[in-house]
Formats: sequence, C-alpha cells, structure tokens
Amino acid sequence: MTKVLVLGALSDIAEATCRLYAKNGASLTLVARNKARLDSVAADLRVRGAKEVHVHAGDLAKLDAEKSVDAWAAELNGLDVVLLAYGLLGEQRELERDLKGAAALIDTNFRSAALWSLAVANRLEAAKHGTLVVIGSVAGDRGRQSNYLYGATKAGLGVLVQGIAHRLAPSGARAVLVKPGFVDTAMTAHIEKKGALWSSPEKIAALVRKAADRGKPIVYAPGYWWAIMSVIKSVPAAIFHRTKL
Amino acid sequence: MRFHPNNAIRSWGRVGNRQHQVARPRFAEDIRQWNANDPSPRLAVGNRRSYSDVCLCDGGQLVDMTGLNRFHSFDTESGVLVAEAGVTIDALLKTFVPMGFFVPVTPGTRFVTLGGAVANDVHGKNHHRVGTFGRHVRSLVLERSDEGSLRIGPRRRLDLFAATVGGLGLTGIISEIEIKLQPIPSSQLEVETLPCANLAELCQALAAGDADFEHNVAWIDCTATGASLGRGLITRGNWIDSGTHEAHRERGKTVPTDRFGPLLNSLTLRLFNSAYYANGCIKAGRSVSHYDPFLYPLDSLREWNRLYGRDGFYQYQCVIPEATGSEPIRDLLAQISAAGEGSFLAVLKRFGDVPSPGLLSFPMPGLTLALDFRNRGQATLDLLARLDAIVASAGGRLYAAKDQRMSREMVVRGYPKLGQFAAHVDPACQSEFWKKVHP
Repeated sequence: MTKVLVLGALSDIAEATCRLYAKNGASLTLVARNKARLDSVAADLRVRGAKEVHVHAGDLAKLDAEKSVDAWAAELNGLDVVLLAYGLLGEQRELERDLKGAAALIDTNFRSAALWSLAVANRLEAAKHGTLVVIGSVAGDRGRQSNYLYGATKAGLGVLVQGIAHRLAPSGARAVLVKPGFVDTAMTAHIEKKGALWSSPEKIAALVRKAADRGKPIVYAPGYWWAIMSVIKSVPAAIFHRTKL
Repeated sequence: MRFHPNNAIRSWGRVGNRQHQVARPRFAEDIRQWNANDPSPRLAVGNRRSYSDVCLCDGGQLVDMTGLNRFHSFDTESGVLVAEAGVTIDALLKTFVPMGFFVPVTPGTRFVTLGGAVANDVHGKNHHRVGTFGRHVRSLVLERSDEGSLRIGPRRRLDLFAATVGGLGLTGIISEIEIKLQPIPSSQLEVETLPCANLAELCQALAAGDADFEHNVAWIDCTATGASLGRGLITRGNWIDSGTHEAHRERGKTVPTDRFGPLLNSLTLRLFNSAYYANGCIKAGRSVSHYDPFLYPLDSLREWNRLYGRDGFYQYQCVIPEATGSEPIRDLLAQISAAGEGSFLAVLKRFGDVPSPGLLSFPMPGLTLALDFRNRGQATLDLLARLDAIVASAGGRLYAAKDQRMSREMVVRGYPKLGQFAAHVDPACQSEFWKKVHP
C-alpha cells in the first residue's frame, strides 16, 4: 500500500489529499505544529481506511530535515509520496512595511520548504523511487502588486522543484510542482466573492493525487489555469501596470 | 476564529437578502477558544439546506460548521459512529455504505450535516418504523457560551438534550455527534410504485403499506381537482438481501441560473404533474433501485432551488394529527389546486407513533404534506395563510425548518413545549426564527 509523508498536514489541501489515500488503505505520516489537531485528523483517516497513521508535532522550521526524513521513512518502511503543503499567504501591504514579517514569510514559504524538498530529494534519489509533490501557486507566474512577496516565494520554490525533477529524472524518482489557482480554504476565507474560477480543496486534492501518480513536473490545478496564466504573463508591462491585479 | 462579512447567504428558499459575519472553523478547539470571549449574537449553521429563517441570523454571526467534517471513531461491530457535526450525510454514506452501513434516518437530500439533522430533528421515508433522527443519537457535544463544552444525551442532561434535538441550533453549538448507524444487507432496494386515483385511495394505501415496507411515501399531484383530487403515486421499498455495497457517485447537472423562473406557472405545473402521474401509471410495479435515486431524487439536480426564479420560493410542510383523519388534507389540496399554485414534487407521508425526542420536534402521528410555492408576493402569503387556518383548526403544526413565514402564533399553537424549550436557549444564540418567536 502507498506510503505517504505529509509536511504541513493540517492545511485544507493536505487533509483532503490524505483522505483520498486513506480510502485506499495507505499508511501515512503527518507532520504539523498542533498535536491535538493532528490526532483528530489521524483518527479520521483511520476511520476512512488508512492502514496506519503516525503523527509528529513540530515546527518544520526547527526540525533537522535530513534526520527527520530518514526517521519518518523508516517508520513507514519506505516512501512512495511526500507532499509538502504548507505556506503563508500574508498581507502584501502590511509586509511591505513590516520587513520582519516579510522575512518570516520568506523563511516559511521558501527557505524551510526548499530545505525539506532537498532533504526529501536526497532520500528519493537514493531509493530510486517515490514522488515529491510540492504545492506552489499560480501567483508565482508573474509578479503582481497585490501579492508579489507570496508569489516570489512560490516562484523560487517552483524553480527549485523543477530542478529537483530534472535531477531525479535518471533515478526513477520524481518531483512535481502543483500550482493551484483560487482555492476556497482557510487561507482565502476573507475573500467574499467566490466565482466560477474557485476550486474546492477536494478538487485540488484529486489533482494532487493524480500528479503524484504520473505526468509532468509542473501541473496547473485545475488545468485551465495554464491558459489563464499564459495570457497574464504575455500582457505587456505598459498595459499590465495600469491594472490592479 | 475570524469572521468575514458575507451578504450572499440565503436559506434554501432564497427569499430576501441578509448581512452576516461568517467564520468557518476547522476544529472544535477554535470554537471553544472564541465562544467564551465573544457574546455577539450567533448561530451555528451546517450546509444551509433549511428552507427557512432557522439558518439565518441577519446582522449577526454565522458559524459555518462544514469545516468540522471528521470522523472520530467507528465501531464496526455495533455500528456506533462518533463524528464532527459538519460531516454531511453525503460524505458519511461514501465512507460507510461500502462497509455495509447507512444512516438510520435521512431527509430527502444527502447534502445536510449531522449537526443540522439533529438541530431540525429530521425525518425520512422510514419514520413509521424508526422515528426521527434524534432517536438514534446516543450523545452529542454542545459548545455553550455560558457553560463551555458539554457532553449530553438521553442519559446525561436529558432536559438539555431534549431541547437540543430539534432545537434549531439555539441551545448552543453542536460540535460532535455519536450515532448508531443501520446495517444494510446491500445498497439496493426493491421499490414498488403504486398509482392511486384519488386522495382516499392514496391515504388508504399509505396506511396499508406501513407494515410491510421500511420506506413508504407518496408523491401527490397537487394540481388535480374534482374526483381526481389527491391522486398520486406511492413509492415504497425495502433493502434487498443480497447484492453489493456500493456508495452513490457524483452525478447530475447543475441549474445554471435563476432566470428561468417565468417558465414555472400554472400551466407548466399542471402539465408536469399530469405527465408525472401518467408516467408513474405506466411504470407501476416493482423494480430494483440503488438508494440514491430512490431516497435522493432531487440531489441529481444541483441548485434546483434556482428553478423558482429570482424571488425564491416558500416550502410548506404541515402535519395533521392522526385523530383528525385525512379531511384537512383534502381541504388543503382543494385550496392549492384552486389557486393554481404548488410544486412539481408534493409529498404526502404518514408519520408513525414513535415519539419524537425533542421539545420542538416536528413529527407527530398523522399525515404530513410538503410542497413548494414560488414566491409571488402577497398572493402567495395569502394562500399560505388560508392553509394555516386549516392546519390550525385541525390541531396540526408547521415545520420550522421549511417555513420562513410561519407566524409566531402558529409556532405557539403548534409547539406546546415552547416555554420549556426557551429556558434552555444559549444566551448568545440567536436566529431570525427565534427573534420572531421570542422577541
């Protein structure tokens, strides 16, 4: 059965993805900060059919990535899928004036996520097996005044994962960057008007799972975001700068 | 827990606009931390499939419970499930039908949460056998603004439990539910369709079928008049003993817009109802059906409430006590067909004599009639007031989950335990329904 390690297991998308694996009898190791919440998620996944669920409460910014990945891989007796699903959205306007806050966002979204990705890549490469799936964002495709700090961290992480995918290719292991568009999660709860372009975490979870099984190293979720972002990227700056996107 | 303004929230009937502050916690811990420190008027809501004002709190806070959607434990021997209140019946069935279990009671849509099912003490087509949803709840956790987190049940704080079952979310926030699921021999039922040419035949066949059929309900042609008044189709069924345990799949289409409202009028209603009856007569007899189309026929048409147009609609559901017989139902149908109003799917069902556990539970032994009316303003309200008079003089009552315009008087007349209930209301909980009843 599939062995899944989830870093940032309390995010909406991560939990929804875990449920898909649990249904098929997977073994999971969940990592996030809050122990009580992890226990609650783990109990749910067991009822849904997970073979075994381990939880580790800890701050991913402080744990030793290489040692931890080895320990968790041993606990699961191997790794088939590693999902990295944590990140902060942040308030762009506030962070422009609060550089400490900006640094914290960069640390979480890029520095920490990049180091965990590297640690996982080392492990998968050695095992010649397994897929690293990282949640990126379409916000990383073009810097926009409304959320470029968040976008920049996701863009950086995206290039890193793309590089890891390249590096892992000869080994048989894989790396995938999944770039969701608008997703109705706790991260975006403050946005009131939710139209046709919004997806549920469950929808994204199904695409994450698919991307983990097969396909290209960069996946837009849902796929139509590729078309939308192609247009947005191609708008000349002279025009783009007149918008408030 | 953070609240965000939302002006788009309506009940299922889509009448009127409200302003709410909405939070969607994902863990009960979020609610507990906030509850003690914020006395603002609030109401916990589930998937908002109630048609009426019981799931609205204009100007107040709504706690959207759909983020609390985890199972805590399940005992495959006893079928006892402990789950968070935001789990929908839809999600529950997807997980537990393959294991051979079903909810003991389900309303006509699977898109309701367990918390909502308790708060409205919902009933199903099997009411004559097993009573309401609340009968199967073994315990629940209630988050009170004054007392904190409490576990209550039929053997623990029975008074507060009886107020909470059917308590329309007013006794606190239900965060967890312990319920005994029903083992099912397969996911299919043998279903019988039985046409009845008039109301007397229909009522007789409904009563006769209760002994042999676990599920027993009638669709009624609310446009028929004269000798055909109250004609309809009985659909009744039992789980079949052999076969697979297959959960339902996502299916069906979504009604894209509410601009087709004008297509629904007296003429199209009459045409639809006549055709539906004729089709039922042709299809009469027995067949095997998966539970999904049998128990949840409307769930295949997502957002079907848009069909009634931009002004929305009212649903009307009453129960006429057993002792009064079917005469008041005849009077109601005569009023409805004379007005040329009514709906595609009007439903008649006999409630059994299993006592309802809640102080404000709707079901009591007798006949219950449910149907929709498009909102045509005063004309609709006048018609419904005429129906109220018939129900009141028969000693019946209306279902709060369905009826947005139910008057305070109808609530007081229909629910003799209202005073007893009021003593258990959480001081911070509020809803439009409660503002009307308890100003």
